[in-house]
Amino acid sequence: MTREAVFEKLNEVFRDVFDDEDITVTDTTTADDIEDWDSLEHINLLAAVEQEFGMKFNMGQVVSMKNVGEMADIIINQIG
Amino acid sequence: MKELEYPFDSEYVLKKSKKIKRQLMEEGGSFISKKIAVLGGSTTHDIIRVLEVFLLNQGIQPVFYESEYAQYWQDVMFDNPELVSFAPDLICVHTSNRNITSCPKVTDSAEQIDALLEEQYEHFRVMWDKLAEKYHCPVIQNNFEYPFYRILGNQEAVYAQGRISFINRLNEKFYQYAREHENFYIHDINYMAAAYGLDKWSDPFYWHMYKYAMCMQAIPEFAYNLSNIIKSVFGRNKKSLVLDLDNTLWGGIVGDDGVENLEIGQETSMGQVYSEFQGYIKAQKDIGVMLNIASKNEYDNAVAGLNHPDGTLKPEDFILIKADWEPKSRNIVEIAGEMDILTDSLVFVDDNPAEREIVSTQVQGVAVPAIGTPEQYIRVLDHSGFFEVTKLSEDDTKRNEMYQANVKRKQQQQNFGDYREYLLSLKMQGTIKPFEAIYMARIAQLTNKSNQFNLTTRRYTQSDIEQFADSPDYITRYGKLEDKFGDNGVVSVVIGKKDDTVLHLELWLMSCRVLKRDMEYAMMDSIVEACEECGIETIMGYYYPTAKNAMVKEFYAAMGFEKIREEEDGSTVWQFVIPSGYEKKNTVITVNEGVQ
Repeated sequence: MTREAVFEKLNEVFRDVFDDEDITVTDTTTADDIEDWDSLEHINLLAAVEQEFGMKFNMGQVVSMKNVGEMADIIINQIG
Repeated sequence: MKELEYPFDSEYVLKKSKKIKRQLMEEGGSFISKKIAVLGGSTTHDIIRVLEVFLLNQGIQPVFYESEYAQYWQDVMFDNPELVSFAPDLICVHTSNRNITSCPKVTDSAEQIDALLEEQYEHFRVMWDKLAEKYHCPVIQNNFEYPFYRILGNQEAVYAQGRISFINRLNEKFYQYAREHENFYIHDINYMAAAYGLDKWSDPFYWHMYKYAMCMQAIPEFAYNLSNIIKSVFGRNKKSLVLDLDNTLWGGIVGDDGVENLEIGQETSMGQVYSEFQGYIKAQKDIGVMLNIASKNEYDNAVAGLNHPDGTLKPEDFILIKADWEPKSRNIVEIAGEMDILTDSLVFVDDNPAEREIVSTQVQGVAVPAIGTPEQYIRVLDHSGFFEVTKLSEDDTKRNEMYQANVKRKQQQQNFGDYREYLLSLKMQGTIKPFEAIYMARIAQLTNKSNQFNLTTRRYTQSDIEQFADSPDYITRYGKLEDKFGDNGVVSVVIGKKDDTVLHLELWLMSCRVLKRDMEYAMMDSIVEACEECGIETIMGYYYPTAKNAMVKEFYAAMGFEKIREEEDGSTVWQFVIPSGYEKKNTVITVNEGVQ
């Protein structure tokens, strides 16, 4: 899957989870950029991303992930 | 909403809960509002988020109190002022095996382990006692799920040192408490975790990462199961199954294949599946679920099929058997009408998706589960929790008999020219008295599930009911009705608040199973008598309209009250000045004869 395709799918997931059709994420998007994205919503977001891409984040990845770009890197690495 | 009916797509519910909530609110519909306190021993954020949509779908609009992380015990024991002022209608204690602070070690002696068990149990017991004393509301407590690893391997449940043994004993003490205390219910997460798959349920990732007691993906099933207990406590269970016959209760089509060729019984695999299903349905009857048939068949063929020698269900297990060629939607509405219940109390079970589709669009509020293939029928119905048991009363186990007696009464009624003559022939015996301890549960149940014959539709918990009974400021009456066909149990409840020489009727309800039996007149007589005894001269009645109680709009007029006010929303206020020499209105029911 191309990086563009991954971001396209990520946009869909973010829009579903935060119920906001105006969200567009980029490499540098972080929790600070999206109003409802707090530590609790983060859990739901990751579960939805995992389901969308059919993969799982391990604890180390969740702990160190800094922004949406890094999230996309992990996804691309795992699903090839 | 289809998306929230079992078997639902958990991932979808988790991801789209916000949108689902928005849709449910937009659809409108009538909700009862309830304040629910969730006291967690682990993170509860997503549990509350998902529980909310399932409750809305069950007609309950929740307002939540959420304890700070893992503060369940402190909130209760030290009277957190926020919780106290929240004044919950229901409390969920969300704990798990992660909240067991000390487990036996392999080196512990039997005495040490017994002491440990007592200590862990007491921690919860004192909290429950405090909850009961302080909040007087239903409490739902999780039991403990099994741990995901076993030090003693397969002997973990055998030796007292094993944690499975310890959890089994602790759970048994929880169950004992539940058996001995009203208003206290177990949420069986041990079963939930087993059914879900313990390894997945207990994925340590979610505990160490977010302090969730279960994996994220299990939350919808957990929340759904919890919502079933809550709706049952608030009287929102379904009441009756309406079943199709061909390929639902047996394999094959009785009209085409003939009774002898139906698949039912131990001869074939399919026959065994249908037998097990019939056994499951028969057991539903024993917990008070009323059984009916809606089938496209010749009536004689339907009955012949039900008389199959290998069948578990027989024609007499059903209250109504509608077997004809009318649309099923029409037959279902008729079934509800003849039983005097609303269509939203029904669950329609049919193997044919086309029939299900028609019924779910044509009949208001009826539940229409997608029951899948025959080997899945039991699981789908069972996990749907339509008839979630929170209290197994004698009334429940007898319900089918009572409704069957009602059908007989209706048949007999047709043989009488004069209605009063018919009523007298029923030889009705009423018991009308102030609330008594043995009926508190039933009285509370009635206040929560009576919708049609209910003047004010005020909902009360059992502890509210007990407080009215104890208070000198209230006049309370329950009414029980028996006749030659059977005992209807407690069917009417009236609560009035005294104000000097005036009585304000805060609640007057009656079960529709005794409509047109003059029971309301007998209740009126009893209330007037109680008023006369304590010097009350005037009775005030109130009618608050809801979507369901139009049948009692003019009830107080029929009781001889005078309308003194009408509000814009249709509420009315009525007055009855007790005349000297009040003449009893009931002349057909013998009241309180042969009882003390």
